[in-house]
Amino acid sequence: MKPAAFDYYAPSTTEEALAYLDQFGYDAKPLAGGQSLIPTMNFRLAQPSVLVDLNPIVDLSYIRPHEDGGLLLGAMTRASQVERDPLVAERAPLVHETMPSIAHPQIRNRSTMGGTMAHADPAAELPAVAIALNAQFRIRGQAGDRWVSVDEFFLGMFMTVIEPSELLVEVRLPPMPPRSGWCFREIARRHGDYALVGVAAMVTLDGGNQCDQARLVFLSVEDRPVPARRAAEMLQGQTPTAEAIQAAAETAATEDIDPGSDIHASASYRRQLAKVLARQALTQAFARARGVA
Amino acid sequence: MSNLKTITVTVNGKHYTRDVEPRLLLSDFIRHHLGLTGTHVGCEHGVCGTCTVLFDGESVRSCLMFAVQSDGHEVTTVESLGDIDNLHPLQEAFMEAHAVQCGFCTSGFLMSLIPFLEENPDPTEEEIRDALAGNLCRCTGYQHIVDAVKLAAENMAVQS
Repeated sequence: MKPAAFDYYAPSTTEEALAYLDQFGYDAKPLAGGQSLIPTMNFRLAQPSVLVDLNPIVDLSYIRPHEDGGLLLGAMTRASQVERDPLVAERAPLVHETMPSIAHPQIRNRSTMGGTMAHADPAAELPAVAIALNAQFRIRGQAGDRWVSVDEFFLGMFMTVIEPSELLVEVRLPPMPPRSGWCFREIARRHGDYALVGVAAMVTLDGGNQCDQARLVFLSVEDRPVPARRAAEMLQGQTPTAEAIQAAAETAATEDIDPGSDIHASASYRRQLAKVLARQALTQAFARARGVA
Repeated sequence: MSNLKTITVTVNGKHYTRDVEPRLLLSDFIRHHLGLTGTHVGCEHGVCGTCTVLFDGESVRSCLMFAVQSDGHEVTTVESLGDIDNLHPLQEAFMEAHAVQCGFCTSGFLMSLIPFLEENPDPTEEEIRDALAGNLCRCTGYQHIVDAVKLAAENMAVQS
């Protein structure tokens, strides 16, 4: 299995990379960690005639605190860096909790924050987590930068709003409000495999221990990560009792998602998994928000 | 074979300068261009882990990198661990615990385990199984491999 021939460019600045992308348009592909692109090229499912390797652009690899209490992550920050970073553990514990579920250590040593977002695999973990955290994306073109909210970023399977001449350069995670809780859960046949279903939950309680806000996002159920909007609305303003959580999880699995069947799982099994995972994730997230877990 | 790129790579401490096609995978570069056939090639799409090498000290799939990307970097392969008369304690433990049957996957396991044991000199069984999850073995059923890692950790602790 050998990739088709291509021309290779390894710019050391984002500006240079953007110039190549502008020059070659749809023929060019940016190469980030390569942990999805290179296997697809090995199978010749993808045959880009130009690769623009972003790995030498050291300026795109960083984890910085934002003054508002959130985080800024450079697009070329490796998954393994994110996994080990104490600031991520403190300010974005949902991300920290999710990292070990992403493939294997050897993959995480190469895989990047920006690559996983831009690739937009519906089975990937971090896009769902980004929605749960209300992330923002800084997309750079030769004309300048634009910020895109996560709710507008994913268009479908392997599709985002990034134009062929643009690069995702930064992911911004807003600060977590006080009295927030989080949880990530997924079911895979073997650890590190693509999940049959996964869910990211982020909740915030008000002073009276009622749910101020809940975000519940599924992966591997449709052609993109899917936020469970009806379930979130049901929880808002409610005391998150076991019954309320169970009702929200059922609504999420029956009304908010429309999973398909494939060789890995049937649609009804995916709904069953979604219900159970949603209940577990919400229960854990609310317990953490109350400070009892 | 137009569009060749000249790269200089340090492999197991030795510098190599070669002309390569951009599409050449790092795994094929190591085996065919450098003749270091200890690194095996299984699935060539990042699933089996048998091509695992260290890239700047971290375990990676060499079938999921291009050789051109290693220009100016350091690659470490299984050949660096030891030779037949002077095996690495991890290799000794694999022999002693019967963690090798056909041996095809072994070099990948070893190269995943080198950085793991450096970071976790006294791992639990759960940590070991987690660290091995990215390497497939079709012979052993893994139990002997897990035993070998425990044995290696014990032996390496005594030695250090």
